[in-house]
Amino acid sequence: MWRSAVIADVTVQTHRTRTLTLAVDGWMTHRAGQHVDLRLTADDGYQAARSYSLASGPGEPPQVTVDRLPDGEVSPYLVDIAAPGDALELRGPVGGYFVWSPQNSPQPPVLLIAGGSGVVPLHTMLRARLHAGDDTPMRLLYSARSWDDVIYRDELRQASSVSGVTVEFTLTRDIPPGWSGHTGRLDAAMLTELSWPATDRPDVFVCGPTRFVEAIADTLVDLGHDPAAVRTERFGG
Amino acid sequence: MATVSRGFGGRRQDPAGGDLAARTPPGQYLTDGFPVLSAGPTPGVRLEDWAFEITGGREPVGWTWEQFRRLPSERFTCDIHCVTRWSKLETAWEGVSLDTLLAPVAHDAGYAVAVSHGGYTTNLPLTDLLGGKAWVAHTYAGQPLHPEHGGPARLVVPHLYFWKSAKWIRGLRLTAQDEPGFWERAGYHDYGDPWTEQRYASA
Repeated sequence: MWRSAVIADVTVQTHRTRTLTLAVDGWMTHRAGQHVDLRLTADDGYQAARSYSLASGPGEPPQVTVDRLPDGEVSPYLVDIAAPGDALELRGPVGGYFVWSPQNSPQPPVLLIAGGSGVVPLHTMLRARLHAGDDTPMRLLYSARSWDDVIYRDELRQASSVSGVTVEFTLTRDIPPGWSGHTGRLDAAMLTELSWPATDRPDVFVCGPTRFVEAIADTLVDLGHDPAAVRTERFGG
Repeated sequence: MATVSRGFGGRRQDPAGGDLAARTPPGQYLTDGFPVLSAGPTPGVRLEDWAFEITGGREPVGWTWEQFRRLPSERFTCDIHCVTRWSKLETAWEGVSLDTLLAPVAHDAGYAVAVSHGGYTTNLPLTDLLGGKAWVAHTYAGQPLHPEHGGPARLVVPHLYFWKSAKWIRGLRLTAQDEPGFWERAGYHDYGDPWTEQRYASA
């Protein structure tokens, strides 16, 4: 069922991403990792719809963080044109596998591995943990081209000061002067250094472009992680 | 009347309103690429370990890779539609028809669960697998099917959303009752007809 939504707020995240907060009548709640479909309608009735991961934590109004794809049909509109007060339609929340929820009982540690805008649903899982005051150990490894491409910079840096939470960045292309984080691709050596060993049996969530996700998932399996504990979400051809 | 989004022009894929538009189900966009989607790591399945087994009939029936490849293969070209909204037209495959695979199986089942390496499952009515509508494909665009796309072999049921076309298939379990599979238990539609946009269970 499509529901009418109005853009309530727009936050610039990076030079190519924005977070839209949506006002939706009857929105109940959602789980971190779920997505919504957004549908745009032109004057003449032409429609286009795409799926976006939810960027807000459970209990918050729905937010999406949209990355402008160079050849996109919907994302350039959402990033460059859509403004508060504009209307669109929404369906969801959807998805019951690439999700994580805080529980009032011990859970395995959670390893979140993001490539580019794949950080969106993983950041939502981190946010869900923080808001719930959950103490599940959580570690986010975030690979981005440059510091300017890192989404949720301030939020993630604050999160990394919380006990039990670690956020590690690696930059693959442009390294700013004085950068003290990691550089280069997340390979087996970096994964071994930065993540829990397979014997700790973490729940792993990997999200990013197909090439990134394929490489990370293969490496994790090579490092002994149970394939069934590695959940993936991919985008792009 | 749907909500009009101010300033949205859209990019009509087929301004002439011809064949392409008619072949694209509602809510889909056309892609020339072949996006990869799956819920976990890509399993590496060696051909010498590969087997295809149909259970749930009177007797289990199975094939090794060598036996499977000696079955008659068909070339087929079809349009495929992913629930994540991309459609790809004129994809060229080669595979063994489910009519061929189910012919030696005595059963009185009405449904099948496709079972894959890595634990993926998806459910279909048997009538959607029979009658020249479904194949276990081993070749895509003239090449052995790449593991990312489900190789060594995947189910291809082009008239349903592509999650029904289970990658890395290793068998069918025939059932009397409909038994929801992996995505069907995780919020997605039980049947998945792209032309009526049966995407989600509810939502």
